[in-house]
Amino acid sequence: MLNATRTLLRGLLVLLVFLFVWQTTVSLSGVPRFILPGPMLVAQALWDNAALLWQNTLWSAGNLGIGLTIGIILGVETALLLALSQRARWLLRPMLVVAQAVPVFALAPVITLWLGYGMPSKVVTIALVTYFPIASALFDRLVTLPAGLSDLSHLSGASRWREMRFLRLPHAVPGLLSGLRLAVVYGPLAVLIGEWVGSSQGLGHLMLMSNGRGQTALMFAALLVLACLSLCLWVAVEALSRWATRLLGTCEYATG
Amino acid sequence: MTAPAIYINGALHVAQNLLIDGFEITLTAGGWSALLGPSGVGKTSLLRLIADLPCAAHLDGHIKAGDGAPIGPRVAMMAQDDQLLPWANTLDNIMICARLRGEDVQSDRAAALLADVGLAGFERRKPAQMSAGQRQRVALARTLYEDRAIVLLDEPFSALDVMTRYAAQDLAAELLAGRTVFLITHDPAEAVRLADVAWIVTQTGISACPLPSTAPPRAPDAASTLSAQATLLQCMRQITVTGIA
Repeated sequence: MLNATRTLLRGLLVLLVFLFVWQTTVSLSGVPRFILPGPMLVAQALWDNAALLWQNTLWSAGNLGIGLTIGIILGVETALLLALSQRARWLLRPMLVVAQAVPVFALAPVITLWLGYGMPSKVVTIALVTYFPIASALFDRLVTLPAGLSDLSHLSGASRWREMRFLRLPHAVPGLLSGLRLAVVYGPLAVLIGEWVGSSQGLGHLMLMSNGRGQTALMFAALLVLACLSLCLWVAVEALSRWATRLLGTCEYATG
Repeated sequence: MTAPAIYINGALHVAQNLLIDGFEITLTAGGWSALLGPSGVGKTSLLRLIADLPCAAHLDGHIKAGDGAPIGPRVAMMAQDDQLLPWANTLDNIMICARLRGEDVQSDRAAALLADVGLAGFERRKPAQMSAGQRQRVALARTLYEDRAIVLLDEPFSALDVMTRYAAQDLAAELLAGRTVFLITHDPAEAVRLADVAWIVTQTGISACPLPSTAPPRAPDAASTLSAQATLLQCMRQITVTGIA
């Protein structure tokens, strides 16, 4: 945890410097506040609109939580299925490759068209966007068992299931973690894009609305809240990966 | 458990290329046989074929046990890389093959074997917390836990420093006594120390090497060991120059 704390502290320092430069620029140059509000104004907007922000944060975070969970579950299941079944691999892998070539974000308008402006279209977009990195990172690790371990399995005449449980799964944990790291980066992006395409609630919607009304400070405030949300997710994944690294007892395998 | 002799004859190919031309060797029943040769000559392929492991090379010939029973199920193997699971502790590593087979594990026996290889008290250590020599001893304990009549060793000591290597060789010689052991190595000293019979392998075939008349494991600093080692070295250097054994 020490490392993460240090990273956070360093980030905080950079942030302070950044805020100072920002405030100074705004004060000295006299840019109109609807073009670039200073950090003080943004803080004021954050305070004044706390209830509004909170309400929209709950909606966005809720969608993000549900979408991420679905994406993770489906991603893990797909990776396991592909790793266990030759036939599934033969059938699904080309599709996965093609699907990855399509920028999933580009599907957001279509998904909104099909599922409406409510929660389902947001959840589906987030799940889709987080699904692919998890499925492919986990699958890659599941099928690249080191030669020595695969010999061990051969010599023991291990069944597919036991090989999966005792060798492949523990070996693939770092893959799942790198997939998760990507997923928590893409997840909040998907929240934004889903809500920009069409929504009546959420932080992305709030940003769009306040931008349109010239409430630039509120837009920045919403952006700030979303950034905090991402940061929380990142910290959670880092903590998880540290815990897993300790449990699996190596650094060399945990980072790879 | 009676350890069988193993007859191997034929020629080893990979795709259309000849690796080892026609040869015929018999691994001593219940003893150590060593195959000595430079890297890339096909030693490991031969070993994998005996163990029935996936292998790019194929043998135009036969691999048969002296008693006619199948070889594959009676094989345990130890490689240069210790092949330990980095996430599992020592005991779990020793018992992994039993787990993979779906058998009940005997942790008492695993702990006893760990003590035999001189690592009592290391039951909960992970591989990353041990030295290369210690890890290789855990791999030896895992091989012993399998309790197989045939043991294939693929340069298991080559990554160890000299003194650790001697200790590991002595330990293996003691604990694997009575089994049919096939040792692949590129180190003449190792072959001379451990083997009852030894061969040098080249592309043109496999030829027998002279060994001291004393019983293995032979002292690494004995005069007879050293002179046999010198003879072998000369043989191998000549092969490097002429390509013919």
